[in-house]
Amino acid sequence: MGQTLVEKIISSHSGKTIQQNEIAIVNVDAVMASDTTAPLTIKSFEEMGGTQVWDSSKVVFVIDHAAPAPNERIANLHSLMRDFAKKQGIKLYDAGSGICHQLMVENGHVKPGQLVLGADSHTCTYGALGAFATGVGSTDLAAVLLTGKTWIKVPETIKIQLNGTLQPGVSAKDLILFLVGQLGIDGATYKAIEFTGEAITNLSLDSRLTIANMVIEMGAKAGFVDTIGLELPYEFEPIKADEDAKYESVYAFDVSQLEPQVAIPHSPDNVKPISEVEGSMIQQAFLGSCTNGRLEDLHEAANILKGKRVHPEVRFMIAAASTEVYLQALQDGTAEILTRAGATFLPSGCGPCVGTHLGVPGNDEGIISSTNRNFRGRMGNRNSNVYLSSPAVVAASALFGKITNPKKLLKEAVK
Amino acid sequence: MILTGTAHVYGDNIDTDRIIPGKYTKTLNMQELADHVFEDLDPEFRAKLTAGDILVAGNNFGCGSSREQAPLALKKAGVSIVIARSFARIFYRNAINIGLPIIEIKDHTINDKDQLKVNLSTGEVENVTKSLKYIGSEMPSVMIDIINDGGLVPYLKKRGTYQLV
Repeated sequence: MGQTLVEKIISSHSGKTIQQNEIAIVNVDAVMASDTTAPLTIKSFEEMGGTQVWDSSKVVFVIDHAAPAPNERIANLHSLMRDFAKKQGIKLYDAGSGICHQLMVENGHVKPGQLVLGADSHTCTYGALGAFATGVGSTDLAAVLLTGKTWIKVPETIKIQLNGTLQPGVSAKDLILFLVGQLGIDGATYKAIEFTGEAITNLSLDSRLTIANMVIEMGAKAGFVDTIGLELPYEFEPIKADEDAKYESVYAFDVSQLEPQVAIPHSPDNVKPISEVEGSMIQQAFLGSCTNGRLEDLHEAANILKGKRVHPEVRFMIAAASTEVYLQALQDGTAEILTRAGATFLPSGCGPCVGTHLGVPGNDEGIISSTNRNFRGRMGNRNSNVYLSSPAVVAASALFGKITNPKKLLKEAVK
Repeated sequence: MILTGTAHVYGDNIDTDRIIPGKYTKTLNMQELADHVFEDLDPEFRAKLTAGDILVAGNNFGCGSSREQAPLALKKAGVSIVIARSFARIFYRNAINIGLPIIEIKDHTINDKDQLKVNLSTGEVENVTKSLKYIGSEMPSVMIDIINDGGLVPYLKKRGTYQLV
């Protein structure tokens, strides 16, 4: 019988042909932990009796969730990570370098066909490269540091075929929000998802990363974006599921008429077409995160905000996904357009999205955010209301102080 | 091993942000985690909870972030076991890895304050208040080994690496 992508990758990493619902012990190609999860990982590793990690070249630490350190307690956890990384010869990206998932992709720590674990739920982002990547907790990750292996139950796969062409002003974020709304917050729990179809294969790498990033918002173990049309700065062997692979279910959507989507408080699957929420007041707009902090996202916002100024009662904050993204936005003028429009650039990192650092909203405030979760309290205040959207909707809404469809504001692209 | 305790029942899709908000996760002090458990879901939870009580939920308990601080906070706060109709997958692994017992019971009818008696070895849960019995879903054998060893740290200390039977 044919194999799905996840069956192929798990088979190649367990040394035997394996099928869905079987359990395998697999060799892991790379692991990543952030400042939320690495300190507990180090603690568990040492409690397991670990002294030297199995392969220091395959371990990456990133200080991004509360970076630079906002207080003494967190500063000391960062020091713990630096000391461990230095002693073990592990690559550590320090505060300000960027968001872990962006750095993993940008710096080639993950490649197509690999099996990668990260102690962060959005590790599924690397499915944009055709890698099997999934989030685990700190102790699971510590076990990989010790053994180079993990155990895994091979998931069944849902196939999602996306046909048609997205309209101008509608982006990959709208697509994935739409799908999270359709399948629901546990619609793919324990499952893998394969995305295919012309609406996917026409997308840039940045957009593909946005799609794969949010499969966890449906509970999925991993997502795979078809590698047809994928461009990477290096040669790679495309990986394809077999024609006769067995799927748990198959969905097909024509996305040609899709309008921008918004997830309203307090769940990422509480998704509405923008026409149903236009006019909701916002006091803060945030553009950033592992979902939408890349150059293409900054371009989308700049395209809308060039020569304009955001609403005087809106605080508009941007955190580029990495220093590299920020540098590119500086070089091509995007950062200046956005700054002149009233944006405040924050350090590259996760802080505002996860409520740990910077940009915490006040009581009863509305926030339009390009991030991935709007659970109650997510941005650090349980009495605020977070709406999730594309970068274009964030920019258009920042301009008017209320949720706004970017369609009417579209001009020619900046670049 | 038999656990007995009072049920505290919550609904579906309790995410890890509501189990322990992100702003409190940056610590290695388990008491600091326990002090804020469920703060954004039910600020009274900590006052209501007696050590050994049982947390009961609906579908998809623990969805969202991979933070292991979520089961650690529940365990340190005194929750003896979590019963849910279903669990999000990262939380499920994390709980077992850190030695917090969990049982999935797809059709439980447990109400708040029900007295429960849990047989961890058989996965059987008795609702003493309602005189009903439920059977937990089967787990992969590797997970049962991890539970029997007391978590993933003692499992690997004992065995050195993963073993499949």
